[in-house]
Amino acid sequence: MTVPTLSAVNPAAPTGQPAWAIERWTRASVAFAIAAMLLLAALALAPLALQAGVVDRLTTLFIYVILAVMWNALAGYAGLVSIGHQAFFGLGAYAMVRLADAGLGPYPALLVGAALVALAAVPLAVFMLRLQGGEFAIGMWVLAALAHLCVNLDSLVQGETGTSMIALQQYAADDRRAATYWLALAAMAGLCWAVFVLLRSKVGTAAQAIRDNETAAISIGVRVVAVKRLVFVLSAFGCAVAGGLWLATSISFQPKTYFSVQWTAYMIFMVLVGGIGTMEGPILGALLFFAVETLWGGQGVLYLIGLGAIALLFALFLPKGLWGAVQQRWDVHLLSAGYRVRWQAPHGVHADRVVVGVGDERGAHTGR
Amino acid sequence: MNLLNQVLQGLLLGGYYAVLACGLSFMFGVMRIINLAHGSLAVVAAYLLWWLAEPLGWHPLLALLAVLPAMALLGWALHYLVLERSARLGALVPLLATFGLASVIDNALFQHFGADTRSLANAIGTLAYDSWELPGGLYVGQLPTLVLVLAVLLLGGLHALLAHTPLGRQIRAASEDADTARLVGVRTGTVFAAASAITMVTVTLAGASLALRATFDPFSGPQQLIFAFEAVIIGGAGSLWGTLLGGVVLGVAQNLGAQVHPQGFLIAGHATFLVILLARLYAGGALRRFFSNPLRRATP
Repeated sequence: MTVPTLSAVNPAAPTGQPAWAIERWTRASVAFAIAAMLLLAALALAPLALQAGVVDRLTTLFIYVILAVMWNALAGYAGLVSIGHQAFFGLGAYAMVRLADAGLGPYPALLVGAALVALAAVPLAVFMLRLQGGEFAIGMWVLAALAHLCVNLDSLVQGETGTSMIALQQYAADDRRAATYWLALAAMAGLCWAVFVLLRSKVGTAAQAIRDNETAAISIGVRVVAVKRLVFVLSAFGCAVAGGLWLATSISFQPKTYFSVQWTAYMIFMVLVGGIGTMEGPILGALLFFAVETLWGGQGVLYLIGLGAIALLFALFLPKGLWGAVQQRWDVHLLSAGYRVRWQAPHGVHADRVVVGVGDERGAHTGR
Repeated sequence: MNLLNQVLQGLLLGGYYAVLACGLSFMFGVMRIINLAHGSLAVVAAYLLWWLAEPLGWHPLLALLAVLPAMALLGWALHYLVLERSARLGALVPLLATFGLASVIDNALFQHFGADTRSLANAIGTLAYDSWELPGGLYVGQLPTLVLVLAVLLLGGLHALLAHTPLGRQIRAASEDADTARLVGVRTGTVFAAASAITMVTVTLAGASLALRATFDPFSGPQQLIFAFEAVIIGGAGSLWGTLLGGVVLGVAQNLGAQVHPQGFLIAGHATFLVILLARLYAGGALRRFFSNPLRRATP
């Protein structure tokens, strides 16, 4: 690549001189956004046409996408690896059970419950975000274990026996399936959109600055803690919604299932395989995880060993995941949260355009 | 008297937590890595001991002598295969990699040994339940006391190793500033690998204590990791003697909690951990100085 001279930096350079153009939307990302809209519209109509089993599986896929995107928002953009996100997943379901027991309809209970979990996450964020690295990771795990034990104490839940969302039985099975599907689809689209918008805002730039170098970010005046708190609470909210949706599909609430660390293992798998620190990665990871689960989920323990081994290998040999590798190889950005500087060659000079990514997925994603 | 008894039993339980936690603390102090497979590796050691002692009929001490070098070798390999590589890739990668490793270990143990709960208590005869009577009707189990003594010896040994041996000096140098250490001729890779091997020796002793004192199953690992981590944090991260204090505080809190409610054992442990963490983070200076005074900073 030619090293640009100072004059090239000036966009208003006279014709014949090379110039920079700063762009955010590329042709690929515009096309992808349109395709995503069309896909969402098609998915919204799916329950009218597809079989019940397929609709249920798609709902599961949407929940996986939510979990992956939420965990990635925290790990990939705020640099915080949590091993305790099952806490929010479980508490979301538990809040739904509790509110439904208090007389709220199941679906309003789901949303209000998730909002309450997000509210509870605010003081937790103040506390937990003072921890760093491994301390945050296991601190969250302890928190999840404590939440699990405390939920067990509730007589409504009956310890590990669990309880059921009887209130859901008031709907016919098909209506319930479709309603849960639409809610999951809307939640997935809404949460992905929220993360996307957040990352493209000043907050997102700040979050990425923190992830890449926290000390440097502080030194240039980024309000590190405020940004991390916002991402933490959003992430808690999303996982709580996912927990509620899972309860709406499975009806029975057993604390052991919902507060299992396996959920976080799935999130880590999806994000690591897809590509940590990118928008597209976790979605790709969720799709792959969904495929892997559909194909080999019945293998039991061997399947779980495989998941762990794949996560380990990706962490060691492809820490940016599949999408990170794709980006490096072909420079494709479908949902770019950063800006790119494009060098426009002067007329007559035989040079194809040169694209340089700036402040985007080229930083060190894996942390620090 | 019952209260005193619970405190005493908690103290002894704290000995086990200290054995379990000192490796985690050591590795964090030396390499700045929190190994999320720590508990699972202790369970691996417990299974190896059980396998040698029960189906193969070895004497438990002989089994321990065989498993210790094997686990040390595993630690050496672990360093080169997982820890070093992941630490180079960023601060968060070791967490992700060791979490994946823990998942592989737990499920592989389940695949191979099944879901049955195991214990080595049968292999050591009456030592499993013998106890000494103290004045006032208090009983202290001989085995838990031995584990507490082991904890003190282990922590003292690690401290002496770091403070007074050439290897300890190299470990301290490499941990302080790896680049400069390399500049003056310390082979940091080998030194860190040796530190991993030493960590695995402590992990093996923890696994042995677990197997002798209690029962374990393939999925005991994560719980042990949490206990170890709580002991480390309560005692002050990176400090060896603090780990003993942390283990004892955790053990006493759990035993007292169990008196209040059947589920109180775990809840009290987690709650104590969070309260102490909170106090540490907010009370800042005074408390920090109090904790850090004579007991802290065994690792430089």
